[in-house]
Amino acid sequence: MFDAVIIGAGVCGALIARTLTEYGQKVCILEKAGDVAMGTTKANSAIVHAGFDAKPGTLKAKLNVKGSEMMEGFCRSLGVKYSPIGALVVGFNDGDRRTLETLLARGVENGVKELRILEGEELKEIEPNLGEQVCCALYAPSSAIVCPYELCIAAAGNAMDNGAELRLNFMVKTIEKDGEGFVVSDGNESVRGHVVINCAGVHSAEIAGLVGDNSFTITPRKGEYMLLDKECGSLVSHTVFRCPSAMGKGILVSPTVDGNLLLGPTAVNIEDMEDFSVSAEGIAAVRESAAQQVKGIAFNKVIASFAGLRSVGSTGDFILNEPVKGFINVAAIESPGLSSAPAIAEYVREMLAADGVKLEKRADFVSERRSVHYYKTLSTEEKNALIAEHPEYGHIICRCETVSEGEILEALRRNPRPTDVDGVKRRTRATMGRCQGGFCTPYIVELLAKELGSDCTEVTKFGGDSHIIIEKTKVTE
Amino acid sequence: MSEARNVGILIIGGGPAGLSAAVSAYEAGARDILILEREETLGGILKQCIHSGFGLHRFGEELTGPEYAHRYIQKVLEYKIPYLLNTMVTGLAADKTVTAVNSEDGIFEIKAKAVILAMGCRERSRGALNIPGTRPAGIYTAGTAQKYVNLMGYMPGKEVVILGSGDIGLIMARRMTLEGAKVKLCCDILPVPGGLPRNIEQCLNDFGIPLRLSCTVSEIHGRDRITGVTLVSVDENRKPIPGSEEYVSCDTLLLSCGLIPENELSRGAGIEIDPKTSGPVTDENLQTSIEGVFACGNVHHVHGLVDDVSIQADIAGKAAAQYVGA
Repeated sequence: MFDAVIIGAGVCGALIARTLTEYGQKVCILEKAGDVAMGTTKANSAIVHAGFDAKPGTLKAKLNVKGSEMMEGFCRSLGVKYSPIGALVVGFNDGDRRTLETLLARGVENGVKELRILEGEELKEIEPNLGEQVCCALYAPSSAIVCPYELCIAAAGNAMDNGAELRLNFMVKTIEKDGEGFVVSDGNESVRGHVVINCAGVHSAEIAGLVGDNSFTITPRKGEYMLLDKECGSLVSHTVFRCPSAMGKGILVSPTVDGNLLLGPTAVNIEDMEDFSVSAEGIAAVRESAAQQVKGIAFNKVIASFAGLRSVGSTGDFILNEPVKGFINVAAIESPGLSSAPAIAEYVREMLAADGVKLEKRADFVSERRSVHYYKTLSTEEKNALIAEHPEYGHIICRCETVSEGEILEALRRNPRPTDVDGVKRRTRATMGRCQGGFCTPYIVELLAKELGSDCTEVTKFGGDSHIIIEKTKVTE
Repeated sequence: MSEARNVGILIIGGGPAGLSAAVSAYEAGARDILILEREETLGGILKQCIHSGFGLHRFGEELTGPEYAHRYIQKVLEYKIPYLLNTMVTGLAADKTVTAVNSEDGIFEIKAKAVILAMGCRERSRGALNIPGTRPAGIYTAGTAQKYVNLMGYMPGKEVVILGSGDIGLIMARRMTLEGAKVKLCCDILPVPGGLPRNIEQCLNDFGIPLRLSCTVSEIHGRDRITGVTLVSVDENRKPIPGSEEYVSCDTLLLSCGLIPENELSRGAGIEIDPKTSGPVTDENLQTSIEGVFACGNVHHVHGLVDDVSIQADIAGKAAAQYVGA
């Protein structure tokens, strides 16, 4: 019997698991995919928003400002890349300028610090490559960038290192009330918990429905992105948004924490909860907007296009409630969900405390987790000492991102262990560079097979039937 | 890190260009040469090119890729030219100091009098091509598929569509067919094929594999593994012609859509790059904008034939030997 069963291993599920583990709870995370961070968490804008967008008084406004203040500390202790680069919301005309003033006022009301509107030379000076038609911008120095899947992996891993359990490939089918708690089942196996926390992203309304809560719906809103070569990463030094609309914060141009340039997202409501396809129209829309915001984008340096799904709720705000005693919804966590995630974890802890759950901070909780990119931070002397001891660190597997066999093996042996090529990618960046795995995927397939004790033909790209190779060419036995 | 060691001519890459440059530098009198190769054996991409057709110009006979490489590797061994394997160059400075790493020596620096860039090229990926659709497994550049089949002994799939009529794609059309796969077609957005006429004949026509020109993949289908592609015909401006869409089922999509010289090290050193070739700007001796740094092979510009790579690398090797005063 677990104290808490968390459904969904995205950034919210993982951060809640970590917080509850820290407070002495026995936690089990259930995840339908073959890895953590496989939903909204793996494909979004990776921005820690300052907090001027959300309507004052909403949970979004409150938790965004609080969450983004907590984020840096979270990232530091979890060894996650975080960079406080600041953001500019650019305007092209007088109408936009008025919108920026509204945002400024809203930001001030939400408690966002240091916001101001920039124009002319001052604007050009801090961001020289803005588009020619840009005339003004709202400057938010407290905006930051982070790696969302790295945050999720690190939080889940840290929770597991402290005793939390993770069950992958566990698709929740039923939730039954059982005396003091719940029985959560995938049809074959079941897990019992006193409390169930629904962090199921785009599927959170379906999960709520399993306990009879049909008070909200979720619409997946697709966002398409383009990622450019690291050569282009320094074109801008801030996240450059355009004025927001009803459909979201609009398309942004931003450096990533890894030094690439990210363009996107579009915003299109769809029906299919698993549709991550990109479209010619979407990519064209991203191109068009990005080129207006920032000049000199080398569109021929695109290395990947991808899409993510925002989990848009029917209430307009985050849904953090307890429709049935012991069943907590953490639903409709659309933007600024990532920014709010640390505060959402706190909020859930407070909800449980209010329910009378005994929560005491563990003295033996290890809150620090070494960065997956620890090796990269070492001095040459330290690296050489490590290579002398573990020669695999001297063997480069991914040439574009300079990732060694040692780093890949380390990722393969840490919580939460990856079981497929994309899992290795999100942890080490191997295959994430300009050749997109053309050279290193075969080596990673071999390493994975060896580490998992399986055959190369069993290795997948991202679980399910996503096999990389089908069979041996010729049986020579 | 221990003190940088000194080398006369440092060659980055032990593929056809690097090998040929090393041999020619040696034959021009240079003795203090070192080849750094990132893979486990010398030979570069030739290792996986097990088909014949190499060496007609260079040796006047038809060789396979490994045989062609072997000719040069034998010379390197005969001349006792030193080389380091599994050694990745991670940095090149304008003063010709090279930083490299391997499991035995760790991270080390080499100060070279002359450097020959011979890093080769990479294939254009699905991401760079911006093909719309899902992002399933089963999409490979032709060279990666070639590695799976020829070096590792694995089949990446059984029902294949090939996008792009570059030579590696054509070669793989035949190779996959011989290994029992059904290659449904090869298409190219251009109105003329990219590969050599002999490869069109021997790799497609001889096996009855259709070549569809002015035709491209407009969408990729499938969630886990690719299940099919939408083909579309394009007009003379390469714009899709509405109504010409056609669904073709497949479990594998091979991409043979161009090669990109790998000049990240060159750029890092501040070497001037020609936007047309994506390779370094060089003089008649293949010297780049940095004195004493030479470039040859596919890092310089993408070549159609390995024989031409060797011929160009000879010039670079000889020029580097002269530069160091051999």
